[in-house]
Amino acid sequence: MSIILDHVSYVYGEGTPLEVRALDDVSLQIPDGQFVGIIGHTGSGKSTLVQHMNGLLQATSGRIYFNGQDIYDRDYKLKNLRSKVGLVFQYPEHQLFEIDVFSDVCFGPKNLGLEKKEAELRAFAALRSVGLSEELYYQSPFEISGGQKRRVAIAGVLAMEPEILILDEPTAGLDPKGRKEILDQIRKLQTDTGMTILLVSHSMEDVAEYVDRIIVMNKGKVMYDDVPKKVFACYRELEAVGLAAPQVTYILHELKERGFQVNTEATTIREAAETICEAIMMEE
Amino acid sequence: MGIVRTQDLVYEYIRRDEEGNVEGITTAVDHVNLDIVPGEFIAILGHNGSGKSTLAKHINAILNPTEGTVWVDGMDTSEEEQIWDIRRTAGMVFQNPDNQIIGQVVEEDVGFGPENMGIPTAEIWERVEESLKAVGMYEYRKHSPNKLSGGQKQRVSIAGVLAMHPKCIVLDEPTAMLDPKGRREVIRAIRGLNQVEEITVILITHYMEEIIHADRVFIMDGGQVAMEGTPREIFSQVEKLQELRLDVPQVTLLSYELRRRGLDLPDGILTAGELADACERLRQKNSGR
Amino acid sequence: MLRDITLGQYYQTESIIHKLDPRVKLGGTLLYIISLFLFGSYLGYVIAAAFLGIVIRLSHVPFKFMVKGMRAIFFLLLITVGFNLFLTPGRELVSFWKLTITAEGVRMAVTMAVRLTLLIIGSSVMTLTTTPNNLTDGMEKMMKPLKVFRVPVHEVAMIMSIALRFIPILMEETDKIMKAQIARGADFDSGNVVQRAKALVPLLVPLFISAFRRANDLAMAMEARCYRGGEGRTKMKPLIYGKRDRVAYLCICLYLVSGIVLSRLIGMATGY
Repeated sequence: MSIILDHVSYVYGEGTPLEVRALDDVSLQIPDGQFVGIIGHTGSGKSTLVQHMNGLLQATSGRIYFNGQDIYDRDYKLKNLRSKVGLVFQYPEHQLFEIDVFSDVCFGPKNLGLEKKEAELRAFAALRSVGLSEELYYQSPFEISGGQKRRVAIAGVLAMEPEILILDEPTAGLDPKGRKEILDQIRKLQTDTGMTILLVSHSMEDVAEYVDRIIVMNKGKVMYDDVPKKVFACYRELEAVGLAAPQVTYILHELKERGFQVNTEATTIREAAETICEAIMMEE
Repeated sequence: MGIVRTQDLVYEYIRRDEEGNVEGITTAVDHVNLDIVPGEFIAILGHNGSGKSTLAKHINAILNPTEGTVWVDGMDTSEEEQIWDIRRTAGMVFQNPDNQIIGQVVEEDVGFGPENMGIPTAEIWERVEESLKAVGMYEYRKHSPNKLSGGQKQRVSIAGVLAMHPKCIVLDEPTAMLDPKGRREVIRAIRGLNQVEEITVILITHYMEEIIHADRVFIMDGGQVAMEGTPREIFSQVEKLQELRLDVPQVTLLSYELRRRGLDLPDGILTAGELADACERLRQKNSGR
Repeated sequence: MLRDITLGQYYQTESIIHKLDPRVKLGGTLLYIISLFLFGSYLGYVIAAAFLGIVIRLSHVPFKFMVKGMRAIFFLLLITVGFNLFLTPGRELVSFWKLTITAEGVRMAVTMAVRLTLLIIGSSVMTLTTTPNNLTDGMEKMMKPLKVFRVPVHEVAMIMSIALRFIPILMEETDKIMKAQIARGADFDSGNVVQRAKALVPLLVPLFISAFRRANDLAMAMEARCYRGGEGRTKMKPLIYGKRDRVAYLCICLYLVSGIVLSRLIGMATGY
């Protein structure tokens, strides 16, 4: 179960003065079971990138392979791909439309042509996996809180039982409590099911402690693609393109410059505290 | 008397079921007392549902108190005939940048407020120019708002309020829908208003790092003011902040963790520089021993 | 992308036509359209075309850009020409199968084609050189006398300008919701009419909800900025006729009079 992007470019308005290269020669491989963060500021091409992965946008050049099959093959069924690669859009609560939460979550599985019973079973499982309390199942999706709506929307995609789940800024507009809850829930989902997850975000700090790998997008190109520690080491370059490494990185580099023997690769508070303590003890 | 003052402010709304029967009463704001001095930079922090936005809407007389009183520049907001004077004294910027821009050209949008106030044409142009310059958007004055970034749109919204020459600006989560770059732009513009234009700023937010520059911080929880103080005072109470499940900045968390491990660091560290300075002092002290 | 689509396709550039008062352009367009039906001879159309040519030249809008917008209407033009060509009774010129082309038909078809082309280009000059907002302002001011009959002129103009601002935003939103539902397996392109109509529910419900939410937010934002209807409002860009506008009016009148006189006179002389 892997996605391979081979020299993918996406250009709109080609040949006009308004030509925009939203994706510029992107080659990537996402293996099975990985938890990947895709980072970039608005307009960096990160949303365009993920919309290619389930065939919503078609590359102007390049190939995309899902499980070894070329998705641009004439007889490849895109609908099939979309059930395997679930995409949760930004502000997904804006897509809710049914009279109650449960029917809304059933929408996806029903579209797959599943029987009513199977669809409902999947909807239940999906709602449970996003941690929504049961008394909300039969409420109108418009009368629950923002954080709850978002869970319902995520469940709506999960109910299709995708092999790969892509979330485009799942925490946008939520308060810190809501953000943490959603991210924790996603991590739990990943550890429980081993699903491949792609998390699109503009905030390094948010994703740093969750993901195995970070892909930094800038101007339609892949700028970095590595484990978080390696990516954050380039914090100056990130700064230059309007992104920031976690604050801890800055503190450690500042200390290093002032002659402390700290390990600048630490990314979590605990790691940082340890290395600072050691450094100060060493001085004594 | 302060520019904005509330006394025992209570706001309740009635929840109704589908038939319109009363299901219950929610107290969104629960006995809040504020007294804001002209020129202050106030930050109000809290979760969604903590009552901070409801509180903000009282200052602009969009909502009227169920109990208690709100005064804006000495005017009681519940008095119908003063409503327009109140709104021009305390301007308001909202969360969604797309839903508050009325004009199809940046400069026309900024002129909307003054037009409503009946300002003469020549003066409108002066105000539009100075307001756009104050938020650094003057070069975009002929642009369509649809083609601006989120941060730019919010700055246009701020200019739109600024052109009404308010004494106080209330910003209701102006950065919640922006990316980090947009957030920085908007916060910079807001600080400019406060420091250069000397306008009282009431910033409502759920990002803790945005309150560092405030003079005073109020933290709302369950409709009440749960904490109050300078940013330093607030940030020194890490445990209480965590209890309220607020997003404590990493510097503050790290200092707290280091103190817990026995390092002798001062309370309420706010920036990376401060922490590094403190560590350096510690080193000098240690080596001097 | 979708946000670039603006109604009326305003073309941003500096020109004397752009600077004219929108009322001049509105009135001028109206008079121009009338003139096309008043001038009853080929000379009249030559004058009309020449006048339009000068205006286009002055407007600095590339002619290519103008014609690009006409492609959709070109089909309509063909149908009209076709109807006139084949269905006008009169002196037979050519006949094949069931179709007959008459001399009158040819004349009618050519006349209609010329009239329609000039009419479409003429009115697109107005929309190309006037911002939608400016146009609304112009209409508001021109229709002000209707206020006496309790027509809410200001409100209608305000609604129009807000609608113009939100069309691109809602278009983009439609695109987004559509993609989101496709990602959940929705199918908008297949099935019969009933199935297709049903498939639109997941698109329309969220769209309406979003539109209402935006309307609510916007109303609050407008009130917060002291909006209370048209009473007591001043204008940032008031419409005041300048020398330029008076000259423009004069030119239009001159065109109209000379066109009528010349085309009638020569028409009489040549018998057309």
